[in-house]
Amino acid sequence: MKTGIKQSILAASISLLFTAPGLMAGDTIKLGVAGPHSGDLASYGIPTIKAAELVVKEVNAKGGINGKQVELLIEDDVCKPEIATNTATKLVSDGVDVVLGHICSGATKAALPIYKNSGIVVVSPSATNPGLTQSGDYPNFYRTIASDDAQARTEVDFALDVLGLKKIAVIHDKGDYGKGLAEFAKTFLENSSKGEVVMYEGVTPGAVDYSAVVQKIKRSGADGVIFGGYHPEASKIITQMRKKRIKIPFISDDGVKDDTFIKVAGKYAEGVYASGPQDNSKNPLSSAANAAHKAAYNADPGAFYENAYAAALALLNAIDNAGTTDYEAIRKALRDNKTNTPVGNINFDSKGDAVGVGFSMYQVTNGKYVEVK
Amino acid sequence: MLRVFLWSGGMEYFIELFFSGLTRGSIYALIALGYTMVYGIIGLINFAHGEIYMIGAFTSYIIATVLSIYGFPVLAIVVLAGFAAAIWSSAYGFTIEKLAYRPLRHAPRLSPLISAIGMSIFLQNYVLLAQTSDFLAFPELIPDFDFMEPVAHIVGTTDLVIILTTAAAMFGLTLLIKFTRIGKAMRATSQDRTMAMLVGINVDRVISMTFIIGSALAAIGGILIASHIGQINFYIGFIAGIKAFTAAVLGGIGSIPGAVLGGFVLGLTESFATGYVSSDYEDVFAFGLLVLILLFKPSGLLGRADIQKV
Repeated sequence: MKTGIKQSILAASISLLFTAPGLMAGDTIKLGVAGPHSGDLASYGIPTIKAAELVVKEVNAKGGINGKQVELLIEDDVCKPEIATNTATKLVSDGVDVVLGHICSGATKAALPIYKNSGIVVVSPSATNPGLTQSGDYPNFYRTIASDDAQARTEVDFALDVLGLKKIAVIHDKGDYGKGLAEFAKTFLENSSKGEVVMYEGVTPGAVDYSAVVQKIKRSGADGVIFGGYHPEASKIITQMRKKRIKIPFISDDGVKDDTFIKVAGKYAEGVYASGPQDNSKNPLSSAANAAHKAAYNADPGAFYENAYAAALALLNAIDNAGTTDYEAIRKALRDNKTNTPVGNINFDSKGDAVGVGFSMYQVTNGKYVEVK
Repeated sequence: MLRVFLWSGGMEYFIELFFSGLTRGSIYALIALGYTMVYGIIGLINFAHGEIYMIGAFTSYIIATVLSIYGFPVLAIVVLAGFAAAIWSSAYGFTIEKLAYRPLRHAPRLSPLISAIGMSIFLQNYVLLAQTSDFLAFPELIPDFDFMEPVAHIVGTTDLVIILTTAAAMFGLTLLIKFTRIGKAMRATSQDRTMAMLVGINVDRVISMTFIIGSALAAIGGILIASHIGQINFYIGFIAGIKAFTAAVLGGIGSIPGAVLGGFVLGLTESFATGYVSSDYEDVFAFGLLVLILLFKPSGLLGRADIQKV
């Protein structure tokens, strides 16, 4: 029995070692991390945990926030709305101060009311559903990724404000992606006083000839075209437009911002505008975050890693600036103070979207996509 | 109602749409000729015909690329690439018939049909694996003629070349079938294969010739259409094939002028539907018309009602 006693002493001391930080529970800032950490979509959620771990390690090494260490509470929601409510309840009852997550839009939407009732701020690196911020239902919600309609917004703003177009033909390829974008673009144009939609139509992908629809664009009197879809149709339409001597600007999306488009459309691609995700590769923080991941895990980071890194930084910086974990104070700090992150120097607008995160416009110049400043 | 539509756009718009439809219709017709010829002779719907067109486009792409590296003049490139594509596609058409259809000539009619679908899928995947799954930029082989510039906003040079080629192909085929020995043999084979054999016609050779001519036409279509739309990939034959097949049925499958008429009717319907209603409903109008015509004339616009296979 001698060894038995030894073991129990060892066990007791080990458990003491582990519960020790728990005794100081009131003295840590609890950062919840929620998302799919198992199941089919785990690859979307795990990079966020890694980003949070790296950020927290760095912050704690520098002495924490407001003199307190940051503690991570990680909970799995498998990307399912019905499980996400349990995840949220668990995190709230564990006493989280702020939450980094959730990952999927559906799960985020289900979890948000629970956090809202408990006065907890949530920052998602990846939930892109436009309604999450635009509905105004979730004042506790922020995100470091552009919403689904942001691309259409970028295109429309560019067409109206930069190019000064007034009459726009909106064309799409009838697919989920292209039609979705075209619908947003149409709505934004209709709600704007600066321009109007003179034509809104879908074309059949793979058709041998688009000259009828091209003639219709000309007759509509449009001074610009916004196309939602992919490059095979875009290159056919732009080629036939130019061959029919229609020289109006052609604006498209990141399905067209592809080198294949330039290769296939050749000289007709010249001057075409396309929106695409903004380029972070020149941001030193982005390279530093990626290097840190590589050093810690010996692998390249996964999906939404930079957005999650930015979200964790923004949250902790807001608590630092607020000097407290009070709900209203954090919200104010998120809006008022800029944080330097891998996705840019960001703060949040009153609805919760990050200012300066999103899409840029590119133009084909001498056979290459070049960012339009 | 139609008049209101027509007036709403003015005459020029009508003419623009008319030429769009004519171009589209000619494209369908060029491919439809091959479907209709084969059906006329052996009563088989050769689903692999769209793939022959695609192979023609790929062959002319390769030849044209090689020739332009050596600095050949444009006209020489078009002619040589066209010839090479026609010969290469004919070889494919000939081989497909020998391998996939001839052994099934006395089998139930469904068997060669399934064999044709299998051939179509095989050829698509063969090109996908042997060449590429990417879209390739097809060179603009037909230069813009200067005299076309004043009307370029209505009908381009390639459009004109396609329309004229289709017309020439139709007349050439009609003459071939009406006035030459092989044409006479084709008609005989089409009317009664056994009887044709009894009077000394080499039916196998006639059928092979039909496939060769149809495939050569598809290859010419391939080079023209590809240089019109400026891109090719392994899948172009499928969609073009379905539309061309529809055109052939619309015009009366088995009839040469019918295939061309069917192509024009289909192309014009799509073009006017896009122009006066919405391109969202392009296919609805096209296939609605097909159903309507087949309801009143089950054998198609110019089809003979008395086709009966023995």
